[in-house]
Amino acid sequence: MSIAAAVILWTGATFYAIFGGADFGGGFWDLIAGDAKKGWQPRMAIQRSLTPVWEANHVWLIFILVILWTAFPDAFSAIFSTLYVPLILAVLGIVLRGSGFAFRKQIGGLSEQRAAGATFALSSVITPFFMGTVVGAIAVGNVPAAGGGDAFSTWLAPGPLFFGAMFVATSAYLAAIFLVGDQRRAGDHEMELYFEKRALIAGAVAGIFAIVGLIALHSEGHYVYHRLLHEGLPVVIISAVCGLGALAALLLGNRVLLRPLAAGAVIAVIWGWFIAQFPYLLPTTMKISAAAAPDATLSAVFVVFGIAVVLVLPALFLLYFLAQSDFLEHEH
Amino acid sequence: MALPGVIPLAASATTNLFAAREQMAFTLAFHIVLACLGVALPATILVANYIGLKKNDHDALELAQRWSKAMAVTFAVGAVTGTVLSFEFGLLWPRFMERFGAAFGIAFGIEGLFFFLEAIFLAIYIYGWKRLPPWAHFWAGVPMFITGIGGAFSVVAANSWMNQPQGFVLDAAGKVTEVEPMKVIFNPATPYEVPHMILAAYMVVGFLVASIYAVGMLKGRRDRLHRLGLLIPLTIACIATPLQLLIGDTAAREVAHHQPAKFAAMECIQNTGGHQTEYLGGICTSSGVKLGIGIPDLDSLLVGFSPGTKVTGLNQIPNDERPPDNTFIHLAFNVMVGLGSALMLLVLWLAWSVFRKRDIPATPWFLKAVSVSGIAAIVALWAGWIVTEVGRQPWIVYKYMKTSEAVTHADGIWGAFIFTLLLYIAIGTIAVLVLRRMSRRWREGGEGTAEQEPSPYSPEEPGVAV
Ligand code: HDD
Ligand code: HEM
Ligand code: HEM
Repeated sequence: MSIAAAVILWTGATFYAIFGGADFGGGFWDLIAGDAKKGWQPRMAIQRSLTPVWEANHVWLIFILVILWTAFPDAFSAIFSTLYVPLILAVLGIVLRGSGFAFRKQIGGLSEQRAAGATFALSSVITPFFMGTVVGAIAVGNVPAAGGGDAFSTWLAPGPLFFGAMFVATSAYLAAIFLVGDQRRAGDHEMELYFEKRALIAGAVAGIFAIVGLIALHSEGHYVYHRLLHEGLPVVIISAVCGLGALAALLLGNRVLLRPLAAGAVIAVIWGWFIAQFPYLLPTTMKISAAAAPDATLSAVFVVFGIAVVLVLPALFLLYFLAQSDFLEHEH
Repeated sequence: MALPGVIPLAASATTNLFAAREQMAFTLAFHIVLACLGVALPATILVANYIGLKKNDHDALELAQRWSKAMAVTFAVGAVTGTVLSFEFGLLWPRFMERFGAAFGIAFGIEGLFFFLEAIFLAIYIYGWKRLPPWAHFWAGVPMFITGIGGAFSVVAANSWMNQPQGFVLDAAGKVTEVEPMKVIFNPATPYEVPHMILAAYMVVGFLVASIYAVGMLKGRRDRLHRLGLLIPLTIACIATPLQLLIGDTAAREVAHHQPAKFAAMECIQNTGGHQTEYLGGICTSSGVKLGIGIPDLDSLLVGFSPGTKVTGLNQIPNDERPPDNTFIHLAFNVMVGLGSALMLLVLWLAWSVFRKRDIPATPWFLKAVSVSGIAAIVALWAGWIVTEVGRQPWIVYKYMKTSEAVTHADGIWGAFIFTLLLYIAIGTIAVLVLRRMSRRWREGGEGTAEQEPSPYSPEEPGVAV
């Protein structure tokens, strides 16, 4: 039963990584889009894609937190009392990003708009970075079961930091892939090429980070490393194949397979992480079964998840459908 | 230990606790105002939208459109400040979540469902004005009304559970071993706290939106748009206010029975007994209320409908279970009830005038009163939460866990609090400026200007690095 609850947790993480990740990546491309003139076109493209959906995508994070503290309260407490520094920085990023984005369109003059926009863009990079360090610190096994681990050395280490960088690169990659499709639909060939180029670079960088991260895992998180290359090997291979396939689809201009392949590469990494830490929730200090709440609570979590599948997913698809078929405006 | 009437600031062992509480209180107080907009603004917008479509009324449609654009901004700030609260549960109160997350966490799971649906349909509604067929667009907005209420229900049910916990079994080590989710969610405080909060949200939004148009009318903008902008939200507030007073009255009686320490603090009752005096204002001391206006027997009368009703006094509460800062709780309660009653008078004034001459009162004093009513409702809301939360102290989960046991051992809580304070002040100020700017633009542009072309930095601007 506790394993099913963990699967729900990872399912939430998967959705957040794909959709929330792509939104963060949009901020990354906004950040480096250049001056007001040069960056206008890509920034508009990013804004169009992001505006109607980012708040709904953000709720996946809330979903993860709530499932974690309800189904695995001990793990929640251990993580939050150890990794509070990167968590505070991540939530700071979330606040600045959301308000920066909302204000940017409505705020007074150009320089204020730029300040709000730069806040949004910069925090879009900071947030996934620190979230990555949190995940990395968990994966390499730096969170003690009783909580209260060292506030710095637990995450200021090569492994977690590489995870952070990988999160940034991956979200930039996903965003560029999604934006390529959006530009194709909008018939903007110039912007399609613009994001295609960036998707290629980001994909390559994310791949390199993944390999370096694996090496860092070897020295810091032996348990996870070992399982990843044994039990998790099929998933690692799927991820690599999907990743390379997505690059090929980009180069060959195949827009149909592009998104599924790119998303597949990321999904495989997330589930590879799940397999690699199994049966631990916090490797190697807290097992999933030991962290779990009483059965009645887990049943309630299943009911909530069931309702989410029946009600929220169709509603989400409706939103994506309306946004993708241009029923929604992109501006206020 | 904190004596009644003393804020536990001095002792160094409690400074983390104090900072954590202040941080929680401040971020909650900020979020709750935006949350009210999320709960009650959808209904207000939908009413205007419905009138607009049914009667082909352009002014009403324009209002619905403007309000929904404003809501895009407030919702974004509400969502991020709500996220901060979720993080704070772990950052500030890890021991609380560790012990009781399994029990009351599920209420937040339900809340999560409602937030999902709210965020989705809000996006469809806000960005669907132009391209969705008008009635389809209206119906896409209706779920927001339900999800707002549902979201408020589940969070406040969690808070009710903290006040009257039930539905779980603890083992010898204090760990939750069995849970009955239905009992957690429908605890004895839910039936009055949840409707009281939802009605508070409708009062806040109704009076707040109305007060914006009242200010406009006082400045001489007396067109039809302003009248509608005043009357639609004010009508909603007029329905909510009398109900709110009824539920508040019930809540007070329930608190007197189930949380006697809180009630004694609210009313400054020192000694258990009948014939308790109801005090308005004043300072609570261990020898009674100083400087307050006392009405003999009224307190007993309100609690049990007879002047002899026995009410528990603080003398019967163990020293270390008494709420801190009695006077503060007492005054907060007075402020809530006082403002609630004042708003009720405003409602009666309007009702009388509409009944007599089918119009709002002609005197500018009426508009002046409406123009401060929004702030008054917000202050009442904050005061109510102070009564509930500070009155529950020293417990975080009434009778099960003290707040001091729940707090984090992390360093730097003060620094984090001061930083949060500054950040929120900045965000709050910018949000208000942005909303004012939107309103000015609409006013100058006349009808149809709820649309604006965006410019993530104009293409004509000479190249300046961002
Ligand atoms: C517009 C705001 C507003 C107004 C006009 C009132 N209240 Fe209230 N009150 C709140 C807004 C509020 C709240 C939303 O802030 C609280 C905090 C927790 C809750 O459930 O509602 C609250 C709590 C609260 C409590 C504490 C409940 C608890 O601790 O469990 C009592 C006893 C009352 N109220 C009583 C009243 C009475 C007797 C009122 C008027 C005659 C009144 N309230 C008007
Ligand atoms: C009585 C208190 C509360 C009420 C009525 C309330 C209601 C709401 C509403 C209606 C929203 C939607 C956003 C908006 O319109 O601004 C919201 C957002 C949010 N609230 Fe609160 N809230 C309350 C307290 C809390 C608390 C204590 C928490 C922390 C656990 C919390 C967490 C959140 C989160 C995470 C969001 C963001 C959801 C999203 O991304 O859309 N809220 N709240
Ligand atoms: C949104 C309106 C709310 C406001 C304005 C509010 C206000 C406050 C205040 C003033 C305190 C500090 C008490 C003290 O230090 O003496 C506090 C503490 C706290 N509140 Fe609330 N509260 C609200 C709603 C909620 C809700 C809905 C929850 C949870 C479901 C909640 C959970 C807590 C917790 C965990 C603490 C810290 C522990 C404590 O001091 O009891 N609050 N709140």
